[in-house]
Amino acid sequence: MTTPRSPARRRSEKMLLRFDGAERAAHWANAVLFFVLIGTGIILYVGQLSILVGRRVLIDDIHVYCGLALPLPLLLSLSGSWGKGLRADLSRFNRWSADDRRWLRLSVKARPEREAGRDALIIGKFNAGQKLNAAFVGGVIVVMLATGAVMHWYSPWPLAWRTGATFAHQWLALAVVIVVVGHIGYALRDPAALRSMFKGTISRRWALRHAPAWVVETDAAQLATKTAAKANRPD
Amino acid sequence: MESPPEDPGPPSTETTDPDPSGGTSPVGRRVFLGIVGLGAVGIVAGSRIESGLHTVVAPLQAHDPTGLSNLIPGGNQWEIYNASNGAFPDVSQEEFQLNIDGMVDTPLTLSYTDLQAMPPTTLVKTFQCVTGWTVPDVHWQGVLLSEILDRAGVKAGASALRFFSSDNFDTESLTLAQARRPDIIVAYQMLGAPVTREHGGPVRLYVAPMYGYKSLKWLSRITVTNEVVPGYWEQQGYSVDAWIGNSNGL
Repeated sequence: MTTPRSPARRRSEKMLLRFDGAERAAHWANAVLFFVLIGTGIILYVGQLSILVGRRVLIDDIHVYCGLALPLPLLLSLSGSWGKGLRADLSRFNRWSADDRRWLRLSVKARPEREAGRDALIIGKFNAGQKLNAAFVGGVIVVMLATGAVMHWYSPWPLAWRTGATFAHQWLALAVVIVVVGHIGYALRDPAALRSMFKGTISRRWALRHAPAWVVETDAAQLATKTAAKANRPD
Repeated sequence: MESPPEDPGPPSTETTDPDPSGGTSPVGRRVFLGIVGLGAVGIVAGSRIESGLHTVVAPLQAHDPTGLSNLIPGGNQWEIYNASNGAFPDVSQEEFQLNIDGMVDTPLTLSYTDLQAMPPTTLVKTFQCVTGWTVPDVHWQGVLLSEILDRAGVKAGASALRFFSSDNFDTESLTLAQARRPDIIVAYQMLGAPVTREHGGPVRLYVAPMYGYKSLKWLSRITVTNEVVPGYWEQQGYSVDAWIGNSNGL
């Protein structure tokens, strides 16, 4: 037997909250900073562009200030009561199941085998690629900040360290550009996932296909909430 | 990248642990720490790794007509800076003039061919930028700065030199004692060919014992004075006496 429901309610049951406001704010603030850092970094690094643009001291200042601001969006979004969603996702990024490892190992297989293999896996809210991306971005923020600081406040450091910091900063920057281009590429190939980074929600149908364990987890949480509410209701 | 512990709270109505089933491992944290560790190794040992890499990359760059391999980090490539608001000065060898003025007996104006007619000095040295990048074994040819000073005749009481680029954007300084060293030249050749426009041609200063910013590009004027006036990069905070390994914090 089913009870009649309003269309709005039905729609909301079909949608799951993937990223809350704090997470989306952190993501887009990060995106803007990465964009400016990559742009100014390329100008500083590629001689021909540097000649064309000039104003090296100004470009350098923009790069340094955006770099210093880089950890702020994540730290601010993690702290406080609004950080609950991001904190939970951080722990999701950290923990890898056996199926996550299988998912990653399938990356090297040809497409039919890869897709068939991955369809058989039970993946949570994030797949192994997304988990790797998150860990990479976290590491990048720390290393770029540290190496950039040695480059900018060079006085206390031996010359070999300055050279080393420059070397590490440049190679990691190259890796960042590749990963960011890949990240945007994957997002453009999955418009529903991309839309969820703007609106926050994603369809249950999408989640069942890409993140089945997360759907189960969300449903269990909702059921627990309902049960608790029922238990507390005076009757 | 481990989240801080959630509030213990009542037996929960929300899932704080997304995977309570066990059988998971903190791979995310390992990847994160691995990258941080690599970064630390990069700072401490990157300079040695870079010279090793150079032996591999340099032959590739020498045979790469596209020049794209020059973008590989750590290939000991030049980094070209443009601090001004405009394009680099564009001066031909024919138009080139170097003026020597200030506290001299005879103010001079030297042409490109005048410089070529003077006794040449050749230097092969590692070019070292204060920010850390280096280019090994760079070949330079030019005229000793002291030779030019002798020709103009320095007046008693003079103690310093000011250098100006042809767009007057970049300036530099040396003490007179520094300028007399045998490894400071007014260079018209670099890397075995005439100095290119982007490297500061047709004529630039090359101050071998000091960081790259002292080697002023597009040299057009030398003024002999009795006080050191800090140049453009020194006004940005770099040391006036820019000895490699013994200035800018070392």
